[in-house]
Amino acid sequence: MVKRQYAYLFMVIPALVLFFTFHTYPALQGIFYSFTDYKGYGTWDFVGFKNYLNVFLDTRALSAYGFTFQFAIVATILVNIISLFIAIGLNSNIKFRKTLRAVYFLPYILSVLIVGYIFKFIFTHIIPGIGQALNIEFLSTNILGNPDLAWVAIVILAVWQSVAFNTLLYLAGLSTIDQEVYEAADIDGAGAWAKFWRITFPLVAPFFTINMVVAMKNFLMAFDQIVALTGGGPGQATESISLLIYRGGFQGGEFAYQSANAVIYFIVIVVISIIQLRVLERREVK
Amino acid sequence: MGKRINWKATILLMLGSLFILLPLYLTITIAFKTPQQMTGNLFALPESWSIQNFLTAIEMTNFFQALGNSVFVTVLTVVLVITTHSLVAYAIARNMHKKFYKFLYLYFISAMFIPFPIIMLPLVKQTSIWGMDNIVGLALLNVVMQLAFNVFIYVGFVKTIPKELEEAAIIDGANTWQVFWRIIFPIMKPMHATVAILTSLAAWNDFMLPLVILSDSSQYTLPLVQYAFQGQFSTDYNLAFASYLMAMLPMIIVYIIAQKWIIGGVMRGSIK
Repeated sequence: MVKRQYAYLFMVIPALVLFFTFHTYPALQGIFYSFTDYKGYGTWDFVGFKNYLNVFLDTRALSAYGFTFQFAIVATILVNIISLFIAIGLNSNIKFRKTLRAVYFLPYILSVLIVGYIFKFIFTHIIPGIGQALNIEFLSTNILGNPDLAWVAIVILAVWQSVAFNTLLYLAGLSTIDQEVYEAADIDGAGAWAKFWRITFPLVAPFFTINMVVAMKNFLMAFDQIVALTGGGPGQATESISLLIYRGGFQGGEFAYQSANAVIYFIVIVVISIIQLRVLERREVK
Repeated sequence: MGKRINWKATILLMLGSLFILLPLYLTITIAFKTPQQMTGNLFALPESWSIQNFLTAIEMTNFFQALGNSVFVTVLTVVLVITTHSLVAYAIARNMHKKFYKFLYLYFISAMFIPFPIIMLPLVKQTSIWGMDNIVGLALLNVVMQLAFNVFIYVGFVKTIPKELEEAAIIDGANTWQVFWRIIFPIMKPMHATVAILTSLAAWNDFMLPLVILSDSSQYTLPLVQYAFQGQFSTDYNLAFASYLMAMLPMIIVYIIAQKWIIGGVMRGSIK
């Protein structure tokens, strides 16, 4: 028995050491440096909470938080609505079911960065071209160059790419629903809408919770989409928190300052995830 | 009900799929066009299907080297992930009643909520000091970053494997390692497939980690090469699109061949 316990320990110790060295230790280091004035090189001193205070006074950081939230909330809601309806469609008795499922899942396997470059071309050349040809004014300019609208383009790209995975999660949820429930509802004369709100939606609620939390968390970390489409521009209108930390930390000599920003960012993500879980799980029980 | 085909949903879904197929159609046609053909209707098919853009892009981006790097990183990551994460999850799942393993489980899982930027700055410093700023280091870091999610789904799966199977082997004199490799590891096959699919997609398409880790451009993976060449591409969309298409093609081919398997695998991962 003792030997067996040693075997189990040997199975987990290497992973524990690696995980601590390359995940926990850097995280602790980041927290440590966030209380210093370290530039990423040279000497440093402790500065207390000065970096944290400065993040809250930094208009660039605040605008990055503002943009990231706006983008993440809109994208999360859109992705969940669209993917739930696509999943219901793909789960019904349709023709070409396998082919359609394969097509709708395709975006998930593609690189966000490369898809982003393709969308950049579409926003820059194709859509304004169509807009001009049809004389539709709001389509005739490149929205990537407009500080007020560039975020919409990023939402479109993010939604295009993420609907695939979320649809699959909802399909998995729908496959757990017993068909007899619907047959019973048919006998009671329930319409499609009633069936959706009374049966489908409550029964996929756990999947709705997971999808909302995971989608929100992923969108709050948006990086590839923004690098590909706008590079944070025009100006800093679409600079996400990840992009700001990357730029300030590696190119701006703001190692310590962006470490403080990263700690705040971490706390924000955890708090939002917990609130979402609490609120959505309470709905599930009803 | 049951047998009747829902034509309304079929037509709506077919129309909706145009949103997915149209950007891909544009990518393919533009990759074959010449800059002169770009002035007319952008949706038109190329007048002649020339592969010149592809040849130039291969040379310019050193495509085969990047392809080799991407394949190397992905294969090494997947092999290490499957052999080590399943082992870790097995040890944890079978000892969950003990405080240490319970703690270990929660400790690993909690990493799912840590945004990469919080560890990015110190990690990059550390890896460059230790000479890990290459594709081997990248694969190792992938293994660490994927641990949380994989342990989570593997543990869920191990719990469904009856202990009686192991007890029989133990009576026959097998030790814990033999029990794992001979009995548990093969039973985990469906989960291995799911983990392999999700891990290879993540490793193949990853951009941020290679961007901050890799220092030598000869070790760049496919997405990183597209990023590095943006400046040169900006004047020639046809060349750029040929390059994008080639970078996406390996995954698209794998997907077309194994799509039933891939969709099933991801669905299985999500029910856990």
